[in-house]
Amino acid sequence: MSGDLLSCNLLCEEERDLVIIGAGPAGLAAAISAYRQGVRDILIIEREARPGGILNQCIHDGFGLHKFSQALTGPEYIDRFIKEVAELNIEILTGSLVTGLSRDKVVTVSNRKQGLFRIRAEAVILAMGSRERSAGAIGLPGQRPAGIYTAGLAQNLMNIHNIMIGKRAVILGSGDIGLIMARRLTLEGASVEAVIELMPYPGGLQRNIVQCLQDYKISLRLSQTVIRVEGKDRVEAVLVSGVDDRLEPVPGTEERIECDTLILSVGLIPENELSREAGIQLDPATEGPLVTDSYSTGVPGIFCCGNVLHIHDVVDYVSDEAEKAGVMAAGYILRESRERSGEDRNFIYMEAGTGIKYILPQLVKPDFRGEFSLRVEKPGKNVEILFLAGDKVLFKKKYYRVDPSQMLRISCPDGLLTGQDLVAGQPAAVKVVVE
Amino acid sequence: MIKQRPSFDIAIIGAGIIGTAIARELARYQVKIALFEKDADVGQGTSCRNSGVVHAGFTCPVGSLKAEVCMEGNRVFADFCRELDVPYKKVGKLVIARDKEQIPELYRLRYVGQENGVDLRIIGWDDIKKMEPNVSAAVAAMHSPDSAITNPYLLSIACAENAVMNGVEIFLNTAVRDIEWKESSYLLQTGQGDYRADYVINAAGLYSDRIARMSGEDNYRIYPNRGEYYILDNNKSHLISRLIYPVPPLNSGGLGIHLTPTVDGNILIGPSTEYIDKRDDFSTTVPVLEQLLKEARDFVPGISAKDRIRSYAGIRSKIVPPSRGGFGDFIIKASPTRETFINLIGIESPGLTSAPGIARYVVNMIDQRENLRRKNDFQDSRKANVVFSELPETDKVRLSRENPDYGEVVCRCEGITKGEILSALNNPLGVRTVKGIKYRTRATMGRCQGGYCLSRIINIMQEAGMEFTDITLNGGTSRLFSGQVKGVI
Repeated sequence: MSGDLLSCNLLCEEERDLVIIGAGPAGLAAAISAYRQGVRDILIIEREARPGGILNQCIHDGFGLHKFSQALTGPEYIDRFIKEVAELNIEILTGSLVTGLSRDKVVTVSNRKQGLFRIRAEAVILAMGSRERSAGAIGLPGQRPAGIYTAGLAQNLMNIHNIMIGKRAVILGSGDIGLIMARRLTLEGASVEAVIELMPYPGGLQRNIVQCLQDYKISLRLSQTVIRVEGKDRVEAVLVSGVDDRLEPVPGTEERIECDTLILSVGLIPENELSREAGIQLDPATEGPLVTDSYSTGVPGIFCCGNVLHIHDVVDYVSDEAEKAGVMAAGYILRESRERSGEDRNFIYMEAGTGIKYILPQLVKPDFRGEFSLRVEKPGKNVEILFLAGDKVLFKKKYYRVDPSQMLRISCPDGLLTGQDLVAGQPAAVKVVVE
Repeated sequence: MIKQRPSFDIAIIGAGIIGTAIARELARYQVKIALFEKDADVGQGTSCRNSGVVHAGFTCPVGSLKAEVCMEGNRVFADFCRELDVPYKKVGKLVIARDKEQIPELYRLRYVGQENGVDLRIIGWDDIKKMEPNVSAAVAAMHSPDSAITNPYLLSIACAENAVMNGVEIFLNTAVRDIEWKESSYLLQTGQGDYRADYVINAAGLYSDRIARMSGEDNYRIYPNRGEYYILDNNKSHLISRLIYPVPPLNSGGLGIHLTPTVDGNILIGPSTEYIDKRDDFSTTVPVLEQLLKEARDFVPGISAKDRIRSYAGIRSKIVPPSRGGFGDFIIKASPTRETFINLIGIESPGLTSAPGIARYVVNMIDQRENLRRKNDFQDSRKANVVFSELPETDKVRLSRENPDYGEVVCRCEGITKGEILSALNNPLGVRTVKGIKYRTRATMGRCQGGYCLSRIINIMQEAGMEFTDITLNGGTSRLFSGQVKGVI
């Protein structure tokens, strides 16, 4: 701590009320909403040369259906936010990477113009988004030739840099970006041999399965995986195998598919290096910070929203969430409700029970009236999601169909949690299960 | 018209750690040296695919050549790395006995080690627990304080760069296809033209038997033996502070799957031991990768599948056939028919440790015949490029403000700046590949494995005048891209 302060004295050149890390959909929406609450001294820090985040490379449409009742492309969707930020004169520092974040909200930044410097913030909103799970992280077996790309990188190379990555591709994983890239590669004259999915159900949204694979007659092979990449210099083929219930390869089911490119779409991971550095507690289920119903992390004054908090299915919900986080950060700065999460004993802990992958926010006050975000662990039909206090069912909601690829949003009914007995020093727990 | 063929006193074949260390050692003398490498960069075979361990010498049979060069290597390694500005950390090693049956083997190893002059002691569970609190229960261990770690590929690069500084000519992408004894010198035929040399040093590692055959030496055979590895995220570096080895399994031909802290803060799991048919099959495999994770977790339960960031495989150039197993001694011998053709065969573990010793040994062989004369302008030290993330903060601030290229972070995970990428791209060996940048800077080696920085590195290579369609991962046909998406309108 004293080391932090000392080096800050050497380097801290400015102080800001609100520093937002990342000018993607989360950061921009959070900035606008904080501004509307009355915060004026806002700085958004963006590592790219222009704001917009990942949407800049998402040139397909389908964004904004919920928020604007319109199918926009990624750049069109984010342009609305970029324009508004510009109209409000909110400052964006582009081409600048945040390389450090301390518990006392000192942000270390590096860029070409100023070199390495520090800013002290009254409040910080984490909006860094996510990164892609790599070949190494899934233990992809075989050789390591040229021609293996994660789907987002492939999308960046093709859509931003106009670089064609290959002519004959296999896609491992059926996450949304992989599905989008299957269509994109096909439209640009490459042949997509197959999309291989380890699980018995797709990882991406149903609408993308239809619009990106079925419409182009690209085969989706469920319960299969790549057990060997072949090729010394460049990818030459992949060996694909069926898997059993334990996801282990089944001998005798191997098939060799010739290709020059392997695209990986095997999941996104919230990018929480800075959060860890600031000592923020993470939820192993989301791999993002543990937050209260004010989107506050365990470190007072540090808020969080968007894909750095948990992976969203559609960007519209990122914008919604970020608006809320912006309001809360503004409240903190304007001293309306300076709560100290983690130290406040009056929280109810929302526990992800059977069949629920995660529920967010994890900590809510008894008078919470907002929305829960949650995901199920596996697909199901005619299921009920139950909110339980002990054995007592507080609330239930029916779904005709649930999929892990889809983020569910459940508004907390009035008075749902007010009846909960709060024992001093012990958070009450409400368990959410699928039945 | 007869083409003048470039002619050298000494041709070294293979720019792995052995070839580059020999080149650097020979460069101290007044001789004209050529170093031939088939790959696009140095150290691309076994030298970049091992544990990076500087061994103390307790597994080398007493009286063997291996023991001699390994002990010498271990003795001089810290200085070797200091001169070449390559990381070296004397972290020490524990060889851990998990049950009582393994204890006699610990004592045997200690005996062998002590005969070789290695400082070793046997410790009990209480001491193990104190030294490595994350290791699961064991009965005893042998502690070797002189075992160390280095960065094996940076060391090959550093040796090559220092050799080049001192006049050695290096020929990358130049495979030696045949060697003829003609008009009292060797004629080396390569894909890139012919060269003459008075001496040939065969440091071709996995291909050393094939090169030996060109000298008429048919008795050697390399049996490739593959070892697979996992690399773990550097956020797990706290789990171990020294090398954690099992008691070596009998006759496996390996040292057992161990945990190696790297100089960069990652942990390596591996290597496995498996004889394979092809000496260029660097594939990792499903069952072995599973086994690695299982054995690592048996040792350190805090390791999980989520910590993996990469897998890779290296291949040992063994001279003992699968039917016999175990280890053979290093062979460093002149061809019986030609004393000026020196073969180095079967340089597997501890080849990296032994490299300085082997280099001295080979130079002595030539010196005995030629009475080599020292150069008086030999420069024994070489400076590494700036590693921005390792600088003290005041230097970071100064450098990033003086030179904007150090203010631009390219690789988020490892904190690598554009300045470092540019230094790597302009390396003295003329290597211009993505892997060349990777090995020199660590860019793409972090937890996102290039997901973020690869397109930025490509941009920098384009800025430096390269056509993106010519950019390769590692030379040859390893092109990254097939063309433009849309042509220019």
